Amino acid sequence: MTNAVLVLEDGRIFPGVGFGAQGVMTGEVVFNTSMTGYQEILTDPSYHKQIVTMTVPHIGNTGINLEDMESHRVWVAGFVVRSLSPIVSNWRHHVDLDTYLRDQGVIGISEVSTRALVRHIRDKGVMRAAIAYGHGARDPQALIEIARRSPDMSGWNLVDDVTTTEPYNWTEHSNKAWYAEHASNGESPLVVAYDYGIKSNILRMMTDRGIRVTVVPAQTPVDEVLAMQPSGVFLSNGPGDPAAVDYAIDNVKNLLGEVPIFGICLGHQILALALGGKTEKMQFGHRGGNQPVKNLLTGKVEISAHNHGFAVSAESDLHDTEVTHVNLNDNTIEGLRHTSLKAFSVQYHPEASPGPHDSLYLFDEFVNSVKDQVPE
Amino acid sequence: MPKRTDLKTIMVIGSGPIVIGQASEFDYSGVQACKALRAMGYRIVLVNSNPASIMTDPEFADATYIEPMTVEMAEQIIATEKPDAILPTVGGQTGLNLALSLSEAGVLDKYGVELIGASMDSIRVAEDRELFKNTMTEIGLQSPPSQVVGSVEAALAFVEEIGYPTLIRPSFTLGGSGGGVAYNEEQLHEVVERGIRLSPVNQVLIDKSLLGWKEYELELMRDGVGNFVVVCSIENLDPMGVHTGDSITVAPAQTLTDKELQRLRNMCRAIFDRIGITTGGANVQFAINPEDGDVYVIEMNPRVSRSSALASKATGFPIAKIAALVAVGLTLDEIKNDITRVTPASFEPSLDYVVVKIPRWDFKKFQGVDEILGPQMKAVGEVMAIGRTFTESLQKAVRSLDIGMSGLGSKVDAVENVSALRIATAQRLYQVATALRNGATPEEITRETQFDPWFVQQIAQTIGILDTVLSKGLKLGDLDAEDFRKLKQYGFSDIHIAQLIGSDERAVRQQRKDLGVTANYYRVDTCAAEFEAHTPYLYSTYEDDDEVFRSDKPKVMILGGGPNRIGQGIEFDYCCVHACFALKDMGYETIMVNCNPETVSTDYDTADRLYFEPLTAEDVMNIIDIEQPEGVLVQFGGQTPLNIANDLQEMGAPIWGTTVDTIDLAEDRKRFNALMSQLNVLQPPGTTVLSREDALKGAAEIGYPVLVRPSYVLGGRGMAIVFDEDQLNQWLDKNVEWSGHPVLIDHFLDDAFEVDVDAISDGQHVNIGGIMQHIEEAGVHSGDSACVLPPYKISQYHLDIIRDYTQRIGKAMEVRGLFNIQFAVKDDDVYVLEVNPRASRTVPFVSKATGHPLARYAAQIAAGKTLGDLNFLAEPHVDGFFVKEAVLPFQKFPMVDALLGPEMRSTGEVMGHASSFGHAFVKAQMAANMPLPLSGSVFISVNDFDKGSVARIARDLHQMDFKIVATEGTAEYLNKAGIPTTRINKVAEGSPHVVDALRHGEIQLVINTPLGMQAHEDGAAIRSMCYQVSVPLVTTISAAMASLQGIKRMKQKPLHVRSLQKHHAINELA
Repeated sequence: MTNAVLVLEDGRIFPGVGFGAQGVMTGEVVFNTSMTGYQEILTDPSYHKQIVTMTVPHIGNTGINLEDMESHRVWVAGFVVRSLSPIVSNWRHHVDLDTYLRDQGVIGISEVSTRALVRHIRDKGVMRAAIAYGHGARDPQALIEIARRSPDMSGWNLVDDVTTTEPYNWTEHSNKAWYAEHASNGESPLVVAYDYGIKSNILRMMTDRGIRVTVVPAQTPVDEVLAMQPSGVFLSNGPGDPAAVDYAIDNVKNLLGEVPIFGICLGHQILALALGGKTEKMQFGHRGGNQPVKNLLTGKVEISAHNHGFAVSAESDLHDTEVTHVNLNDNTIEGLRHTSLKAFSVQYHPEASPGPHDSLYLFDEFVNSVKDQVPE
Repeated sequence: MPKRTDLKTIMVIGSGPIVIGQASEFDYSGVQACKALRAMGYRIVLVNSNPASIMTDPEFADATYIEPMTVEMAEQIIATEKPDAILPTVGGQTGLNLALSLSEAGVLDKYGVELIGASMDSIRVAEDRELFKNTMTEIGLQSPPSQVVGSVEAALAFVEEIGYPTLIRPSFTLGGSGGGVAYNEEQLHEVVERGIRLSPVNQVLIDKSLLGWKEYELELMRDGVGNFVVVCSIENLDPMGVHTGDSITVAPAQTLTDKELQRLRNMCRAIFDRIGITTGGANVQFAINPEDGDVYVIEMNPRVSRSSALASKATGFPIAKIAALVAVGLTLDEIKNDITRVTPASFEPSLDYVVVKIPRWDFKKFQGVDEILGPQMKAVGEVMAIGRTFTESLQKAVRSLDIGMSGLGSKVDAVENVSALRIATAQRLYQVATALRNGATPEEITRETQFDPWFVQQIAQTIGILDTVLSKGLKLGDLDAEDFRKLKQYGFSDIHIAQLIGSDERAVRQQRKDLGVTANYYRVDTCAAEFEAHTPYLYSTYEDDDEVFRSDKPKVMILGGGPNRIGQGIEFDYCCVHACFALKDMGYETIMVNCNPETVSTDYDTADRLYFEPLTAEDVMNIIDIEQPEGVLVQFGGQTPLNIANDLQEMGAPIWGTTVDTIDLAEDRKRFNALMSQLNVLQPPGTTVLSREDALKGAAEIGYPVLVRPSYVLGGRGMAIVFDEDQLNQWLDKNVEWSGHPVLIDHFLDDAFEVDVDAISDGQHVNIGGIMQHIEEAGVHSGDSACVLPPYKISQYHLDIIRDYTQRIGKAMEVRGLFNIQFAVKDDDVYVLEVNPRASRTVPFVSKATGHPLARYAAQIAAGKTLGDLNFLAEPHVDGFFVKEAVLPFQKFPMVDALLGPEMRSTGEVMGHASSFGHAFVKAQMAANMPLPLSGSVFISVNDFDKGSVARIARDLHQMDFKIVATEGTAEYLNKAGIPTTRINKVAEGSPHVVDALRHGEIQLVINTPLGMQAHEDGAAIRSMCYQVSVPLVTTISAAMASLQGIKRMKQKPLHVRSLQKHHAINELA
């Protein structure tokens, strides 16, 4: 019943059974080791142009609900699983995964030897791939050629694809069932969030803490942002190569020292680049919810959610900036803090969603630095 | 934070004998803790009364105390060894309880001993339901509301608050008997009224019933600076209402979204922070309402547990080892992940496979026990399977159980009506599969079982595949590679496929291999392949790639014992682990195959390569095909590997040690009898019959009493002693169907005593490891009888015959390795009852008493060494006495008659040792939680046959100031014999009667000998009450005499403790 296939640019072919939408799509094939949270992963804009492989075998068991969305649509270029659930069992579910992906026009492939695929990526590195379901799956060799002709992630600015076209105000809070309630003291400082592909839960974590958030397009000039008189600026996560988003790096250079800045993931990389650092592509990145990050300021380990294929290079010559967090698995730089200006960032995802909530304190820290900033 | 340097000596508390609910998983955790702490340079003092455990091997600690786990004994050990700290968290509830008692008795303060791993507060909160409930409320978490009430009105008022259904349990009745569930007011009236009547304190406990809610457990780890990880999430297939130990469980959790799972994680963290579990492992159980996600916290254990052992095996994260390391101050990020070698232990394992655990029950051993599963655990063991999908894993687990099931969907499990599936039983899983096969819809199954629909759908899918094969009428030649691949990916075994298509297993296997569909092996790596795994911990599946990475070293495969059950437990794991260590030392690469998560053998640290696989011919041959070992050892894991030895050999496996033919010789009655008569060795007269007529004739010829048993059953099931033709007819009615399997009838040697010999042979020479004399007379299964090494009352004449027979039998049977012979000694004669050419249950006990590791020797012999090479040519001398006592589960099964018989029913064993037999016996009784009294009243009730002997015992007890109590007949007899005896009512004579007296603590020792199946008035009620109130019960005259000897000795001289290391040093000098 093989009617779908995933092919890699190095010629390896993984047959499977299709679901979701039919067609052919290319992307960078990556894997994620989170055992829960496929819905959040599918809707995370950082996965734009990536074909995501889940290492946990059973996917779709809890369906798709209306609440756990990280954006308004699915962003992954393709979805690779070992076993698609034939039914949905969860009290919150709204629609099944197969239908959802079909509605969203995204190709899924099940019955794939995902562990073999993951070990291949681990050893050879992430690479370009093509996924096909239906007619297109009949000629894997042709698909390999298509994969080889597709763009490489290095040097690719994908922020332009995913950022909002118009500024908007974010008001939604998180569900109290999942996140602790926060006392609000009535103040509500404004944070401007640069949308490089922002996850909704980052915004919810800020509104939960009494912040007014205005989300602006990635290209928004600094003077427009400052004209809004924000108490802080947030640099969001997003897809692609950070070094290719030169306007964002320039903007951040100009914002430094003007307002407190907090960056996550791509936002962290852009802050590092703005501070004179370098970024590099990783062999296969970090994608999962179990990564040990050590907070060098407290000595504590946080189990954290990750999704990055680029990282700030250890050889970076960062001006007046200290490394605050490292990944204990491979010593990747995971957090930075400017020693005098109010600017800090983390490579990983304190907003979780999916993943453990160990690092939510970073939002408290940002909110505190923003509140100090409120005009008298 | 580096390790603590202020600690030098650490005392580790084990979990004592194997009982239901506390099995060999604590041997696994204890061994890990001892190894980890010793590697850190600490001196380890170990206390555990269980000689069958691996942790009590002298090489795992600096001082090993196999002593009763009482406050008095532990204090003596503390006074001698002066530990700086005690680690109580790896020894189950027993470990925590002993630590709590030592603290409360002031011993810890007196000797300045610190408790590490768990704080006293955390232990208390976990133990005290009320305190736990309040603590949860304090941190904003819900726990199931409950209340003790003494009237129906009060019950109604409380249920008004919490709503129906509600769970009602009478207070202080064992096993919750008399309780029930009420769905409405009428039922509430009925159950509460009955409960109040049955409760000795006239109270019932009312709980909000969470029946049918989803049940989850999170396994946790935390270090001293507050780093916290969830090692594993476990979801129960059986919803709330069935004890977790009796539930089929799945890891990781399958039906929760990330938000829902993180909520549970946050709750665990809040509980940790509030209760202050200082450092180590713990778990929290949750119930979730499937309708709306409402969460209740059910319980928390601040220690390693059965499920943490499961989680360790399921994830590759060694919870007990890490718990021990963080208890001495290390932080999680300072500990390396053994499997990846490059990443730290401060992470949460990611699973790219599914793990299924299925419990194993042994209800057939316990007539009268309620087989419905509920809040009290009844399973005696469990299996775990790993597969890439739930269905693959589930079917692998089913065939791992070794209960004759090759997979799901067998015809015999049909239920008349799906509503029968509402009741949780050992068969329910199979009944669900068969009901689906017979046309029930998944919705119906979900409605009745309240299994999560996802699991039901997965099972339905599996049955769908089975149906497809069947409905197409496929034959072997019709199946192509894709069909095979699909079947295998859904976990179908070759033999199951053969059954479905009317072929045989070998043909299916051949066809499958010819089509190129072979198993491949993936590694359990803690990280879903993100990092390379350096530890070959493997499971099979049918996908792309293979991660065996075979080396060129010479290899030996050791087959483990499979699930624990009555008659096959930790002793065999002990033997497998020793065999493994021995062969490793000889330079072989060792390969372990086993499917029991509760074991040391399945620690990835034990063998060089671990295959967590079912012990079936197919699954084992698949590994042999790929690993190509030079030898396969089948004689260490008990009956399970022996059962497949012949198949393995026929398929070309190189079986080492004793040959398959010798194993057959021992089991084939005809061949065996011929050999014994050829050797001029006496056997009790016996016959094999195929009909009732022949049975009655045969028994008459042999002469009653006779020992009868159906052939082809394991562990003495159905075995009985019958005294006349009527009883034989009754027994045949109940136990035999005459389906072609013969019935064995042997003359029963009454008034004989039994002797067990463990010996070892290299094919040329035979050497005896130990001769053990049973304390109970013949007729009690050797596994249930107390025994003593060396024999305490047996003539040199008999011993010489026993030694001679052992030599001749071992040589004649060409044994290469261990063998065990059971002898019966009656008058001048010595009879051979049974020869088992494999490791026996007593091997660890003998090894500990003598200091000679018999299992290790046997493995070396299997690999070609001789007894001369091992310098083991003389029977070891034993200094002092070692008594092994069986531990029986009657306390858990109050409806079962606590009478010893030819069918084994003990779950575990303890050992007592001392320089005198009396002290050794006293210690063994104490360790078995049946401590002999020094004063008080003794109730005596014996059959006529035993009255003469008991009079002497009663006289001695009287002289030691015991009060003698008996019912009319015995009282009269004893009074006449000049022994002042107080008469007490039989139950039928009305209260206050003997059972009342027991219940009220007026009797401290019971001597009660029934005769055969003869109905003994009150006997069963008296015995059952003994177990309920923990009064020592003696059911044979020989045991009564041993008890008397013990009491006498204890009055003369107090008990002393001695470590095995000291004992062996003295033994060597002798």
